[in-house]
Amino acid sequence: MIKLSPKLSQKLSYLFLFLATILAIIPGVLIISIIIAKGWSVFFTLKFLTSMPTSGMLKGGILPAIIGTFLLVIISIFFVLPIGVGAAIYLNEYSKNNLFTKIIKLAIINLAGVPSIVYGLFGLGIFVIYLKLGVSIIAGALTLSMMELPVVITTAYGALNSVPLSFREASLSLGVSRWKTIVHIVLPNAIPGILTGAVLSTARIAGETAPLLFTAVAFYTPHLPHSIRDQVMILPYHLYITATQIPNMEENRIFATALALLIIVLSMNFIAIIARIYFRKNRKW
Amino acid sequence: MKKNKDVIIETAIFMCGMLSIIFVISIFIFLFKEAISFFWDYNFIKFLIGKNWYPNSNKPLFGILPTIIGSFLVTFGACVVAVPIAVMSALYISEIAPKGVRNILKSLVELMAAIPSVVIGFIGIRTVVPFVKFFFNIPTGLTAFTGSIMLACMIMPTIITISEDAIHSVPWEYKEGAFALGATKWQTVRRIVLKEARPGIIAAVMLGIGRLVGETMAVMMITGNSANIPDSIFDPVRTMTATIASEMGEVVRDSAHYKALFAIGLVLFVITFIVNFIADLFLRKK
Repeated sequence: MIKLSPKLSQKLSYLFLFLATILAIIPGVLIISIIIAKGWSVFFTLKFLTSMPTSGMLKGGILPAIIGTFLLVIISIFFVLPIGVGAAIYLNEYSKNNLFTKIIKLAIINLAGVPSIVYGLFGLGIFVIYLKLGVSIIAGALTLSMMELPVVITTAYGALNSVPLSFREASLSLGVSRWKTIVHIVLPNAIPGILTGAVLSTARIAGETAPLLFTAVAFYTPHLPHSIRDQVMILPYHLYITATQIPNMEENRIFATALALLIIVLSMNFIAIIARIYFRKNRKW
Repeated sequence: MKKNKDVIIETAIFMCGMLSIIFVISIFIFLFKEAISFFWDYNFIKFLIGKNWYPNSNKPLFGILPTIIGSFLVTFGACVVAVPIAVMSALYISEIAPKGVRNILKSLVELMAAIPSVVIGFIGIRTVVPFVKFFFNIPTGLTAFTGSIMLACMIMPTIITISEDAIHSVPWEYKEGAFALGATKWQTVRRIVLKEARPGIIAAVMLGIGRLVGETMAVMMITGNSANIPDSIFDPVRTMTATIASEMGEVVRDSAHYKALFAIGLVLFVITFIVNFIADLFLRKK
């Protein structure tokens, strides 16, 4: 084997690592570009976004799917945010370093790893059948909120943890109770981080299909949902059925649905990334 | 003296902390309950290593071996493609890229991680599936191989992000030590940084595997959904997740078939639990 000089081998390795990085990023860039290229013409007729589907989805728009996605996501974050922040407060401010805390942390890690389809099974069993909510917006939102919980706890925990200890000590030394210190000192400083995490987990959940297959979605609804007990159409599922189940579907319409989904998910992520950079620059410590 | 209101709130917060444990246990108990009532009538071993999945025949057979092999094949294939590329780019982003480029790359990778799996599946159908069919000259492009390629694209950002964290957290002093001995930057990265970051990188791969095993929509759309034991990775396969997703909609409630699908859910739950547990052990080792 030829022995390369250290300098040359460094140059070659850097080149390989650089190429690997490009290779890792290309698929994502390609996926996004293809969808924009093929989807934008239908997407920007705008009527596509604001009208009901007609003729068995072959014509009309995707309004109910957009509304359904937003409804599910908003209701689920409404459930999960207080609980997740509460759990994070417990872990960061109250818990002692003991076995019980370790078990909680292990539980959170495993909740994060449970496959989304298993959440779907659980949601079907508990919310749809046992609690008799039926296949509905509320059953789907509850399933999603369970799935979001570990992400919300982890990001909120990180945000609380980054508030310096001296802030708490200053407040406690003035005789303020622990809870008051948390409410008036710790939480206000952690809010940006908590909200960033909430937006990120919402973005992830907006693209989920599997947990909603048996808990919330409908193939087609003739009208917009009237109550949280109704079934809904959602964007990811709509994309799935139009891409695989409906023959003679016009290509550009499917790509436009994918574009709508991508715009929702990526813009929320983008907002979260920008917000994080902004808050890091402007924080008080 | 604590005020009553504080005590109530602090109890509520404690309950929030407890909730994660309650959720994990209740998911397990719930799956277990349905699965046990299935195994009451159907031999557990026959379920695990049975070669035939005929849930609707007169004498139904519920063997999940083909779907276990399907899940394993797709996961393994995706790892073979994704892990080397992801670890190399994590090294590049963390150690070699200039700081400005580093932040841009990190944000870009994070955005890519957000692409929904149903979108990956859809693009797979329209691009890689016909390509594989044409290129390898096989009857269908819906194969385990195609699934592996698309899942590799999906999982790379996750592995990059977590291993990049591990690589970046190697203490600066270690590198200084190597530099002081006259090592080049690459020698330092390869012999010191990579070694120190290994537990974190292994954890990243494990977490990636956990996600791959549980991935549903993309594999259901591009691996062909055929519940037979494949001869090679160019055959159509069906994963455990896809079996649940595609059959739960039509199944009669409380039938053996229905319970069998929950039993598959339990198998998935146990696999991901173990994989995540191991990942956590490696993360702590850091």
